[in-house]
Amino acid sequence: MPFAPGRVVSGPAEAATAAAEFGFPVVAKLCGANIAHKTERGLVRLGLHDAAAVTAAAAELLDAAVTADGVSGVLVAPMIAGTRELIAGLALDPQFGMTVMIGVGGVLAEAVADVAVRLVPITRIDALEMIDDLSTQPLLGPFRGEPQVDRQAVADVLMALNDASLAHPELQSADLNPLIVHDGRPVAVDALVELDD
Amino acid sequence: MRSSSSTTDVGTAEQFRALFEPRAVLVAGASTHPGKFGFVTLHNLLASGYAGKVFATNLEGATVLGVESVRDVSELPHGEIDLVVVCTPKATNPDLLRACAAKGIRAAFLTSAGYGESGDDGRRHEAELVALCDELGILLAGPNGQGVVSTPVRLCAQIVAPYPPEGTIGVASQSGNFVSSFLNWSMATGIGVSRAVSAGNAAATSVADYLSYYSTDPATSVGLAYVEGIVDGRAFYDSVRAAAAAKPLVLVKGGATSGGARAASSHTGSLATDDRVFDGACRQAGVTRAATVEEAFEAAATFATQPTPRGNRVMVMTTAGGWGVVTADAITTSRVLELAPMPDDLRASIDTKLPPRWSRNNPVDLAGGETRDTVPEVMEMVASHPDVDAIIYLGLGIQSNQARMMAEGPFAHADGVERIVAYHRRQDERFARAAAEISSALGKPILTATELAVADPTNAGPATVRATGRLCYSSANRAVTALEHLVRHAQWRARRAE
Repeated sequence: MPFAPGRVVSGPAEAATAAAEFGFPVVAKLCGANIAHKTERGLVRLGLHDAAAVTAAAAELLDAAVTADGVSGVLVAPMIAGTRELIAGLALDPQFGMTVMIGVGGVLAEAVADVAVRLVPITRIDALEMIDDLSTQPLLGPFRGEPQVDRQAVADVLMALNDASLAHPELQSADLNPLIVHDGRPVAVDALVELDD
Repeated sequence: MRSSSSTTDVGTAEQFRALFEPRAVLVAGASTHPGKFGFVTLHNLLASGYAGKVFATNLEGATVLGVESVRDVSELPHGEIDLVVVCTPKATNPDLLRACAAKGIRAAFLTSAGYGESGDDGRRHEAELVALCDELGILLAGPNGQGVVSTPVRLCAQIVAPYPPEGTIGVASQSGNFVSSFLNWSMATGIGVSRAVSAGNAAATSVADYLSYYSTDPATSVGLAYVEGIVDGRAFYDSVRAAAAAKPLVLVKGGATSGGARAASSHTGSLATDDRVFDGACRQAGVTRAATVEEAFEAAATFATQPTPRGNRVMVMTTAGGWGVVTADAITTSRVLELAPMPDDLRASIDTKLPPRWSRNNPVDLAGGETRDTVPEVMEMVASHPDVDAIIYLGLGIQSNQARMMAEGPFAHADGVERIVAYHRRQDERFARAAAEISSALGKPILTATELAVADPTNAGPATVRATGRLCYSSANRAVTALEHLVRHAQWRARRAE
């Protein structure tokens, strides 16, 4: 699974050091075992351009934490640039069992609702057909100076989700949201995974 | 006990043969009252000319529609009858089925109501019924269903009309009325049916079970089904996937799938709705999902009557401009089909047959430049080209439409009118026949579309399409939709055969 690089640090000063190593701009997110919807709670800070901004953001994020979050620190990662976002994931359907999904992501994902679903297990042919099934095909072509989306790389993500589901039956759901298309290739910058207790 | 969701072990081949190709049929509860199911079933069985022998039971031993009934099953011959159609009240059914099994009957269609559809008691009786049939080795169809049709033996054991023409579409439906709808479309279009069954409560035998049987049935080339309230989605998927791997399968689905609330804590969970999961499952299984009943029928009719396309490049052939433009628009918007670019060598060939005002592009618009043989000749040129996978042919029947106006008008006997009327009709017959013959010879779909199919089915154009065993689509858009289904399934199959 193509994940963005990143490092979890415990305080503002370390955050600034990590950011300098990655190179600016960076993002900072509060990390905790029980934090599901970071954006909704304002726990993601994007486009931090210098050490002062990183230090301030890290301090604010740690202040915003509550005990129930099970905070492990602040994640600092380079800002992945891309105008297009996808969403991919796994969900347990009450009728059909485990399903794998690909969709157009971003803040409009649920309003646009351009998604394709299949039942696990899928084959690579299924994965490629899922991408073909999306209605917003122009979004997958060359777009605003960025190259076309590498369909094989997106299929890799779907196959990785499929394989993870088969290898870990305790997986209840997984969200790769967003899956930013950077230079034509999908990069996961956040993941939410639910396991059966 | 088997549940409606178990889809792998229901019904042996012998039991399904008893249901669909019975040597003799017993109507239990035959009635002298034309308003009763027991009358209608016997009537429809006799009226459709069922090939086997017909027996009946009746409380008074009355003669019904010329059939001398018996009071009790014990009076019937042993080992002759395969199917019983049960029109008796629920309470008498267990004894009746035991007696039938003792006579060697292997399949029962129950029209009786009052089972699973009517409360806790009904559900208990239904479970007992399933267990009993299991024990007796009887395939249980229904209860609370409308009946079974099988044209290879001219069987119409149902409580509703119609009896469809012979053909190769296998129909199964969770709702009996949709069986009638599909059969009415069959009557209207002439595209025939092999088997049709209403699953009723599907106590033991589900729609998926019938579809599994059809996938192995030599009389059936395509399955067509209406489903709703799927109980076990995964079992349903496994079953239809296996069926669709053998033969095309067209589904129309009503309502939401039944099941618990879905977890919506994840974005994926909230985006992967019931309908999208069902849709994805169909795509994965190679099942053709249609949005409406008529679309489903036309897709099935297309699978049943057109060759399998080798690609998605479509050429439109028309005798008039506007039709071609609209059809080209529909193909261009399609996610599946491609409007074939006009190959230079094909353009040059057509140039030899038409004056220069023809469109010289796709759509191939003859622009009125055709003479007696142009339509079949150009059609053959287009269909033969290796860069063309399918044709949609528009404009059939115009000449016969004019012929009708002349033949029915005040100048029908004026000099030369009869001759031109006959010529017009002959031409449309030739064109329709050419479409079928070229398509069969080259193994490429040629779909003919004209609203005359419904506006005037007696028109020589659509009437001849029907006579060739093909569907005359009532609009170009409907032909495009049907062709999309055909191509999508062919692509699904081809990708998995590589």
